[in-house]
Amino acid sequence: MSTRLQKGGRLIDRSQPMSFTFNGRKMQGYAGDTLASALLGADQMLVGRSFKYHRPRGIMSSGAEEPNALVGLGEGGRFEPNQRTTTTELFDGAMTASQNHWPSLEFDVGAINDKFYRFLPAGFYYKTFMFPRFAWKHVFEPFIRQSAGLGKVPEARDEDRYEYAYAFADLVIVGGGIAGLAAALAAGKQGKRVWLIEQTPNWGGRAVVDGVQIEGQDADAWVKETLQALEGMENVTLRSRTMASGLYDHGYLLMYERIADHTPGDGRPRHRLWRMRAGHIVTATGAIERPLSFAGNDIPGVMLASAVRDYVVNWAVSPGDRTVIVTNNDDAYRTALALLDAGLAVPAVIDARPEAKGDLPDAVRARGVKVLEGKGIAKVKGGKRVTGVSVCLQAGEGAELETIACDAVAMSGGWSPVVHLWSHCGGKLNWDGAQAMFRPDPARPATGADGEAMVTAIGSANGHLSAADVLEDAHKAVGGRGTAPGAVSEAEEPIMPVWIMPQGAGPALRFKMWLDPQNDVKVSDVQLAAREGYESVEHAKRYTTLGMATDQGKISNINGLAILSDSLNQAIPATGTTTFRPPYTPISMGAIAGEARGEIFQPLRKTPMHEWHETHGAHWEPVGHWRRAYCFLRTGEGVHDAVNREIRQVRNSVGLLDASTLGKILVKGPDAGRFLDMLYTNMMSTLPVGKCRYGLMCNENGFLSDDGVVVRLTEDTWLCHTTTGGADRIHGWMEDWLQCEWWDWKVYTANVTEQYAQVAIAGPNARKLLDKLGGMDLSKEALPFMEWREGTLGGFRARVHRISFSGELSFEVAVPASEGRAFWEALIAAGEEFGVMPYGTEAMHIMRAEKGFIMIGDETDGTVIPQDLNLQWAISKKKDDYLGKRAQERSFMASPERWKLVGLETLDGGVIPDGAYAVAEGHNANGQRNVQGRVTSTYHSPTLGKGIAMGLVKHGPDRMGEVIDFPVDHGKVVKARIVDPVFYDKEGEKQNV
Amino acid sequence: MSKAVSALGGVSHSGFVDVAEAGLRGMITVRGDLASAKMKKAVKAATGTAVPAARRIELNGDKGAAWMSPDELLILVPYAEAVATVETLEKALAGDHHLVADVSDARSVFTVRGAKAPEALMKLCPVDFEMLEEGEIRRTRAAQVAAAFWKSGADEFTLVSFRSVAGYVMGLLEVSARKGGEVFPA
Repeated sequence: MSTRLQKGGRLIDRSQPMSFTFNGRKMQGYAGDTLASALLGADQMLVGRSFKYHRPRGIMSSGAEEPNALVGLGEGGRFEPNQRTTTTELFDGAMTASQNHWPSLEFDVGAINDKFYRFLPAGFYYKTFMFPRFAWKHVFEPFIRQSAGLGKVPEARDEDRYEYAYAFADLVIVGGGIAGLAAALAAGKQGKRVWLIEQTPNWGGRAVVDGVQIEGQDADAWVKETLQALEGMENVTLRSRTMASGLYDHGYLLMYERIADHTPGDGRPRHRLWRMRAGHIVTATGAIERPLSFAGNDIPGVMLASAVRDYVVNWAVSPGDRTVIVTNNDDAYRTALALLDAGLAVPAVIDARPEAKGDLPDAVRARGVKVLEGKGIAKVKGGKRVTGVSVCLQAGEGAELETIACDAVAMSGGWSPVVHLWSHCGGKLNWDGAQAMFRPDPARPATGADGEAMVTAIGSANGHLSAADVLEDAHKAVGGRGTAPGAVSEAEEPIMPVWIMPQGAGPALRFKMWLDPQNDVKVSDVQLAAREGYESVEHAKRYTTLGMATDQGKISNINGLAILSDSLNQAIPATGTTTFRPPYTPISMGAIAGEARGEIFQPLRKTPMHEWHETHGAHWEPVGHWRRAYCFLRTGEGVHDAVNREIRQVRNSVGLLDASTLGKILVKGPDAGRFLDMLYTNMMSTLPVGKCRYGLMCNENGFLSDDGVVVRLTEDTWLCHTTTGGADRIHGWMEDWLQCEWWDWKVYTANVTEQYAQVAIAGPNARKLLDKLGGMDLSKEALPFMEWREGTLGGFRARVHRISFSGELSFEVAVPASEGRAFWEALIAAGEEFGVMPYGTEAMHIMRAEKGFIMIGDETDGTVIPQDLNLQWAISKKKDDYLGKRAQERSFMASPERWKLVGLETLDGGVIPDGAYAVAEGHNANGQRNVQGRVTSTYHSPTLGKGIAMGLVKHGPDRMGEVIDFPVDHGKVVKARIVDPVFYDKEGEKQNV
Repeated sequence: MSKAVSALGGVSHSGFVDVAEAGLRGMITVRGDLASAKMKKAVKAATGTAVPAARRIELNGDKGAAWMSPDELLILVPYAEAVATVETLEKALAGDHHLVADVSDARSVFTVRGAKAPEALMKLCPVDFEMLEEGEIRRTRAAQVAAAFWKSGADEFTLVSFRSVAGYVMGLLEVSARKGGEVFPA
């Protein structure tokens, strides 16, 4: 039984009990507990099931490396799966539930897989793809889908908020153990801007548990004193509950702060993702203890030796009355001492080394504990918890020498420095054979922009395991002045690497030696992968899924690659490690999204009239980040009806279009005319002041890129209108040419798109409506077609353009954006007698199609040149050059075989589906029908009462009257006649009145 | 011009700092040779200030001049004076290659007020507030959109964005300033 001890527990506050539930059962812990310590304190040793075999799983560690003890935490909008109990703080009312079992944790049907382990070997997933062919789809995939996945997906909307924060520092020290504290103190004294971050709520790391003496006092006291000193330094920032998730180029460090995980619903953001730019990063991330590979090392009650003493010392939790220690090093003896100090029994220390001498083993022997030298565990007895161990010779094959009854096993296979951050940006590792660990190679660090080291590893993260070495290393690494803080801890004898226990274990034992207890990868699986040819550690990892679980192999990787090396008969450094990638531990999706959710998921651009539209039935469509009204719905009206109504209104009286989103770019300077002549295919330098001209812009490859009306404002100033989506792109395009190519031309540009609200007033009554506002002479004589005037219209500062995209008498009026809403409402009021109404983008599209006007993005798709659209009239023949001219002269572009724009009229009056292709005789090399054209725009025209379309057709303009076939769905063919693309008012009389 | 209204009608929110839409402000883009004698005169005439150095803003009461790029300034005046100031600048710069454009209506202006104002802004703008000098203007971004800001008072920042995204920017500021979100709680 695991239980709470009567005394002790340096992190818990017994005056603050907290209740929580596990699978609905009420339990109690204390403030300062983790979920794991609270569960153990309540004798909940079995906390989950493994991924593949559904084996019972207990708490194995006390930190971020925990592979097993994951739970679903919370409910509703605060439910989150896969919460690591060892790093989750207990809070009052926490609701936890175990994962990956059915129907219950105690009785799990899936555990049957455990009996069929022979049929689920390494790579079984891949093998199911192979044979028999039908089985993947019908047998394996449904089965795997049913059983895969640890946690449940949250169903409710997340109730919490998340945020980013940007920060900058000279030095960020990651890890608040004694190494990090010593480094922060030394660096802080030098006046550097220092951040010290610690992933847990507590400072001091392992040293405070291990009874280290620093500067003549307990580590605990030294930590408190040092923290106080650091808090007094203005240049030092301390952050607990903050984990360095990943390191990226140029000192860019992502840090994950868990602000309110332990105080849910208190109004604070739950997580904050720090986006830190650091001059230098020091990793003081410590080391992680490795398990030993013996049969049954996954049974609940088998724990890391360091974790056992953490639970005893930090949280006053005993894993059981009798704990057997199994080790290959001296450090685990500290666990024996901690257990003895707490009044618990240690039946034996099983040491794989032929001899256990030195201070620590002697201290344990002196307390009356038997130390079994040269021994190992043949197997652990028990099912859902440990009942005993059978002891064997480490050098043998596993014959049982004796059985020792116990409730828990504390194992230690040595320590692995946490080298993740060191490695993220390319820092390399060396194999230290004496200590049996990969440690950072200071000669091959990750480098910054200056080519110098960007990261320095210190302390245990740098492979130093004694407190004195750790402090010395930390102090020196940051250039500390004077001597490092001195530390005293027991001397340790060398470790003996043990990768399999016992050394000669046969297949039956190896099948039960877990390397990765979350993903159920065993020694036998890695050996099988090696036999099947997976020699690269990266391949073997993916084949076996070793280290691919949510713990990312923190305790399993080194053991796994040692087994792989052994199977391949090569040295461990020849095998190497897998790649260390961010994040160090999983971070929440909420933190990644930051503030971007709901209303501010994405910027929404609104015109000055947006709110008016919203309250008048606007049916929105996205255009870039803008929302534009597709049409304005009236009560009980469908979209199609609304569009038709709007078109009839414009054709018969007058309508209003919010055209504010159109791009507006000022181009000014002595060379502005010359510049625009290069940008547009036609001449803009000759445009007289007061006039407008439609223009086309192509890219260097000759393809049509944008279009719009250009206005000559003054002798040296033009205003270029672009498409809505093209405004920023074209402005950037202009600046690109001016800054990079024609840097000596005297031209300035300014994007003034948002300065103006622009309204198209279109229809036979347009002039009458504007005349009612008054203030400007807008008669045909005073303001002819394709000209503009500035003045005051109904009290508004206005620039009025006589341009038409609908084919009707039309004015586009620009007023200051701040007055846009008032101007719009003035138009609505003045137009009442004409039944004025707003029209949306769909009505605009249909009316332009009725007139045969092209639309960028419909008639163009990046492969269309102006000549394809019969726009030769807008291409100047007088100019030596313009962007795209040379490309358009190339043989393919000039070919008469190119598809060209025509109008299309269905024989039955219906509408051709958008994008439909016209077929030609015969088939191509792939057996597909040959094609001779395609539809680019297609609508029902309410004006003409029939379907109209534009399309690109081979030799199209020469084939007027010809009928071509558009096969559509289900063998149906739409027949359409090639006609002139101008369907409405061919002479243009309506717009010129 | 009583018809002129700002994008959000002066909406404000109170969190651990106060955020508010500041209303209309006259803003004029000026491009030209920033080192020229004419530019010095023009800026002086328009705002009473010197031409700002790189990344600096020169303030004079409700007027000011901010550096935008090596050949661009942003002139700040009361909204009602923008049209007249454009004329002043045009006259002063006549003869030199230049561009003057009224962008008063293309922008929205916000204030972030309170001792912890940087703690709201540092969630949105990748700016080192500890190194931000007095009189410095920073062109940056607020989350996903372009923005610029400067310190406009002892505990106040003024932030400018495009008008069309005013609602988005106010949404960002409101959530970033919400109580409980203090980055460095006392």
